[in-house]
Amino acid sequence: MISLKINNMPVYAQEGSTVLEAARSIGIKIPTLCHLKGISELGACRVCVVEVKGMNSLVAACEYPVREGMEVFTNTPRVLNSRKTTIELILSDHRKDCLSCERNTNCELQRLSHKYGCDSHRFEGNTRDFVYDDSTDYLIRDNSKCILCRRCVAVCRRQQGVGVIGANDRGFATHIACPFDMKLADTPCVGCGQCINVCPTGALQEKEEITRVQEALANPNKHVVVGYAPSVRAALAEAFDLPLGVNCQGKINTALRYLGFDKVFDVNCSADFTIAEEADELVRRLQDGGKLPMFTSCCPGWVNHVQKNYPELLPNLSSCKSPQQMFGALVKHIYSKIANIDPSRIFVVTVMPCTAKKGEKRRTFTDNLADVDAVITTRELASLCKENGILLNELPDSETDKPFGEYSGAGMIFGATGGVMEAALRTAVTVLDPNARFAPLEFREVRGLQGVKEASYVVNGRELKVAVVNGLLNVNKVCQAVKNGECDYQFIEVMTCPGGCVMGGGQPIRATIVRHKAEIAAARAEVLYSADRTNVVRRSHNNSGLQKIYADYIGSPNGETAHKLLHTSYQALPKYCK
Amino acid sequence: MDIARLKQIREETFKSVGNRATHADNAGMNFDRQVLVCGSTGCASNNSQKIRRRFAELVAEKGLERVHVGQTGCFGLCAAGPVVVVYPDGTFYSHVTLDDVDEIVESHLVNNVEVERLLYVDADGKTKPFNEIESYCRQLRHALRNCGVIDPENIDEYIARDGYFALYKALSEMSRDEVIDVVTDSGLRGRGGAGFLTGRKWKFTKEAQGDKKYVCCNADEGDPGAFMDRSVLEGDPHCVIEAMAIAAYAVGADQGYVYVRAEYPIAVERLDIAIRQARDYGLLGDNIFGTGFRFDLEIRLGAGAFVCGEETALMTSIEGRRGEPRPRPPFPAEKGLFGKPTLLNNVETYANIAQIILHGAESYNTIGTERSKGTKVFALGGKIKNTGLVEIPMGTPLKEIIYDIGGGIPNGKKFKAAQTGGPSGGCIPASLQDIPIDYESLSSIGSMMGSGGLIVLDEDNCMVDIAKFYLQFTVDESCGKCTPCRIGTRRLYEMLCKVTEGKATLEDLDKMEQLCYYIKDNSLCGLGQSAPNPVLSTLRYFREEYIAHVVEHRCPAGVCKALLRYEIDPAKCKGCTLCARNCPAQAISGTVREPHSIDANKCLKCGICASKCKFGAIKKV
Amino acid sequence: MKGSSLPFDGTPEQEARLRAKLDELKNKQGALMPAMQYAQELYGYLPFEVQSIISEELNVPLSEVYGVATFYSQFSLYPKGKYQIGICLGTACYVNGSQAVYEKLQQLLGISSGECTEDKLFSLDATRCVGCCGMAPVMTVNGEVYGKVTPDAVEAILAKYHQRG
Repeated sequence: MISLKINNMPVYAQEGSTVLEAARSIGIKIPTLCHLKGISELGACRVCVVEVKGMNSLVAACEYPVREGMEVFTNTPRVLNSRKTTIELILSDHRKDCLSCERNTNCELQRLSHKYGCDSHRFEGNTRDFVYDDSTDYLIRDNSKCILCRRCVAVCRRQQGVGVIGANDRGFATHIACPFDMKLADTPCVGCGQCINVCPTGALQEKEEITRVQEALANPNKHVVVGYAPSVRAALAEAFDLPLGVNCQGKINTALRYLGFDKVFDVNCSADFTIAEEADELVRRLQDGGKLPMFTSCCPGWVNHVQKNYPELLPNLSSCKSPQQMFGALVKHIYSKIANIDPSRIFVVTVMPCTAKKGEKRRTFTDNLADVDAVITTRELASLCKENGILLNELPDSETDKPFGEYSGAGMIFGATGGVMEAALRTAVTVLDPNARFAPLEFREVRGLQGVKEASYVVNGRELKVAVVNGLLNVNKVCQAVKNGECDYQFIEVMTCPGGCVMGGGQPIRATIVRHKAEIAAARAEVLYSADRTNVVRRSHNNSGLQKIYADYIGSPNGETAHKLLHTSYQALPKYCK
Repeated sequence: MDIARLKQIREETFKSVGNRATHADNAGMNFDRQVLVCGSTGCASNNSQKIRRRFAELVAEKGLERVHVGQTGCFGLCAAGPVVVVYPDGTFYSHVTLDDVDEIVESHLVNNVEVERLLYVDADGKTKPFNEIESYCRQLRHALRNCGVIDPENIDEYIARDGYFALYKALSEMSRDEVIDVVTDSGLRGRGGAGFLTGRKWKFTKEAQGDKKYVCCNADEGDPGAFMDRSVLEGDPHCVIEAMAIAAYAVGADQGYVYVRAEYPIAVERLDIAIRQARDYGLLGDNIFGTGFRFDLEIRLGAGAFVCGEETALMTSIEGRRGEPRPRPPFPAEKGLFGKPTLLNNVETYANIAQIILHGAESYNTIGTERSKGTKVFALGGKIKNTGLVEIPMGTPLKEIIYDIGGGIPNGKKFKAAQTGGPSGGCIPASLQDIPIDYESLSSIGSMMGSGGLIVLDEDNCMVDIAKFYLQFTVDESCGKCTPCRIGTRRLYEMLCKVTEGKATLEDLDKMEQLCYYIKDNSLCGLGQSAPNPVLSTLRYFREEYIAHVVEHRCPAGVCKALLRYEIDPAKCKGCTLCARNCPAQAISGTVREPHSIDANKCLKCGICASKCKFGAIKKV
Repeated sequence: MKGSSLPFDGTPEQEARLRAKLDELKNKQGALMPAMQYAQELYGYLPFEVQSIISEELNVPLSEVYGVATFYSQFSLYPKGKYQIGICLGTACYVNGSQAVYEKLQQLLGISSGECTEDKLFSLDATRCVGCCGMAPVMTVNGEVYGKVTPDAVEAILAKYHQRG
């Protein structure tokens, strides 16, 4: 241990830890903007400066290592004035439309500006030439609000291994953009939205679809149906100041009804359909000598990634649509029959923890109808509720509508990394070994937050080797290994976001301080696993609603109707379009 | 290569180079005359290469077998270039053109009569041998000892001047600690700017844990007006290679990188030739001098980013990334290039090492002042007669450099200030011209040694404009990583612009000063931390000039365009219309033979009218 | 999209040479800058097509290649003219009036620093000290140095190259 003094108070800190961490350990919070532990460690913004005795200039606490006997001062007038000036300088090159900004009241820059009593007009002068990029379906970059913390760059490169953005030009002209300042839509961006989640200001946000949803809701000719993904219920409460790990499923159902949706369904249900199809496809590939390993295809960021960066792996991708697209197809082509509504009148909205899902909605059509019409993120649902005066915390619980409100515990755990794999295994083992008396139910080896998880099971005398990968940087390693024929997995689950959908790019944005302190992914995942444990039906194929729909409308998995409604195909796409 | 062979080369080559000094004895020498043509950038850009080839052709044609024609590095007096020196006479020809070569050969080399009209005329109006001219004999050439003497592309000539004997001595007679102790005791401090004690830096790197270590040379000399490092590399590249090998031995490295500005093609080429020659001789590579010591060097080119002169940025650049500095600690000695312990010194620092090793710490620490030992090379530029390169003992008073060595201010103008340390330094006003040039004295008055640029300013220079010039440089060269430098220097620059446009208030001056101190205190790297120095030092010594801009809306030096006006004196104007016809903005009107007038709103203040007027009727006010 | 709007006219020979060089550099530490310097020498500038090859071969994201290309002033996204004009704005030249020469050049050529005239005859760069402070102010055309240049002298210098075509 290292002994030092912070503001004359004795502190003991681990060797190799920073002044920032040492101060935090005794209850002193030093502000940060560019710092994101383990991901972005630049010491660039200078908001965290502190005075160290014996040093001529101030130092950045986020990077400065503790030293035996050092004396640190975090709150001298020199320090406080410096922080204030730093923020004021940032504000001089920042479009200050805070009142109407998406991030108003949830902006790290705004909070600091308020905390340090900044005069936002103390420094005036030229601003950069700002890039505004709304070329994709899912994301908007508004550099007039960018403070060059480069957290987005670090996440894109170092966490996701995508690297489509970077710092361009130099000095005052430095700005974050794609190479050659091309539009994001022309790059191999996968749409994961992880950059949005780490942006301290409103420079990055999803492309909103609230307006279109509201228009549909107000249109008497539209029958508006909504379904929400497993992870939404694990995180929405956070946007209403509830603690981490609160399941607000019942309140979501009520809220969606208050908002005026005609039917409230659950994407957990179409997740069960995905398993029914995917497990069947896996078994067929295993038995018929099809292309292995098979990759899951429910994550749209991953599908984008394969299409743009690993086209040679397209045959390995399951042909199943994602739960979202299956949901749309099922609503428009089966629910429409049950409820006797013209499918073209149905407007399907999904609520997703994900930004890439916004792009995915354009991927598949059935009978010339888009499967899904609008996708809003968990954050957008929260805004929509707030705009409509819905006090989520105070709502009574209610149930989802039938028939697409019924689901198994397997559908529920889709939101956590390893969940799809576990759900698929729950079904596959019973298909592969129909006579087994105790088919295993929980596959704990594939749970947890490690980037790559491997497991091997013996089913009916045959070894089944699987892998679960999350975080695209890890995915790249596995893809490379598959390409080089260096691994013998038969089935691989891939989630673009580290931790899976619960940590998707559409989830409530948590301040850095929360990210550094709490294991957000584990808390959100636990919501899903505990809901699974208490669910009566835990295997997808045992979902009675699903069984009835197969019997009445679809026939068998991978049959003709199933193919039309629930499967898709892929194509290689260019990496960059000049 | 072994020591016997090294000695043999030294002896043999000495016969070819030994009489390259004034009045040296020709006995036993291979040549009776040495015609040395400067091949450094300044002279080379004035055809010196062609001049040398012409000499060689003519000498061959005339069968002058006892005459040697060679190229050397910089003689120092760039203002007199292209420079040709003939030894042993010491004849110093200046401003030589290609057409002059025939005459020099015929008259001087064949008939032994110096070509009078081409001789350099010293300050006292006399012509004299090179080594006796005022600006030369006041210098002490330590780092530059071989510049202007040897052919930088010939390793043997370097060996003839004791080259690589220091490396031999270090490897075979000294322990690693002994090498470091000698360097430490010499008192040598980093010549790149900050002046950190070189021996201590070596010690830290030696003590750092790591199986792989690197030795780097910073030759990314980017200060506007500075060309010391370039001259060393162009004139004596082997002294850097030898020193880096010694450093590598001392700290335990086996790989070195020289990071050179790509704008220095001649330096890069000479260094490249030198490295290959050293490899051929086994002075780089495996098992040097049979001691088992292994070291090799690679050149990495910069690509035009001033910030890469900052040590962490330089290493980031070698790693192939944007040259953005990173926070220290960790210091390069612990975690540098590719994450390994790394020693980084600049060219001039290395240039002193071999001599220190050969002749001991005392040979060096007896020169200079109490805390600034040895010599320092300066690049003199700006409003000074003898533009060029000088090397002086630490502690030499500024005025001696300007008047005795630099020859004073041209055109009878008044000396106003000297700027040292480039964009990181400050201005020394004429009132402080007695100040000794050393690290402590310079920083005590708000300037800094920097790498050695010394720009002289006269009464025609506006100090606000100069501060603005340097700040614009920093703004352009800021890497853009940290807030204080990226936005702070920009805002500071904008405030300076307001001053030069007469739009600032006295409160703005205070705000500027506050911002300066903030930037110094908060920036990530040395570039940002020192960026406000030119502003602070001019505010300190020339505040009245700022106030004149702010309060009187007047630029005393007549530089700041926005505050200038051109007026036609109707009493003197003859109405010749010449000014009106030459005005690019059609701002002058008037009828023939009547006094003209200037429309201030249209006037671009280009000054063409004033320069064209034959009657002196147009005045800048 | 930033970068030259002139169509890319690289030849297969150039590409083969670039790829050979990249192959040689691949396993070297910090190979990106040397690779880009080589490519710039080969093509004269670093268009999208060239940076893409470097990115792919060295396994460095294109965003990083481009970030490096726009960080260092010597890398150019635009082709250079047949005659490359440099005007020194170093201190010595500046205090001796190089700014006025620079302005005159911009006016006559209709381009600013970093750009190339449409006929690809001239490109212009404001440079830092070129080391000829004794002759300040200095401009260079393809390395040939013109010393003590005045704004008035610029026209005649350009005319000389115009005639050569």
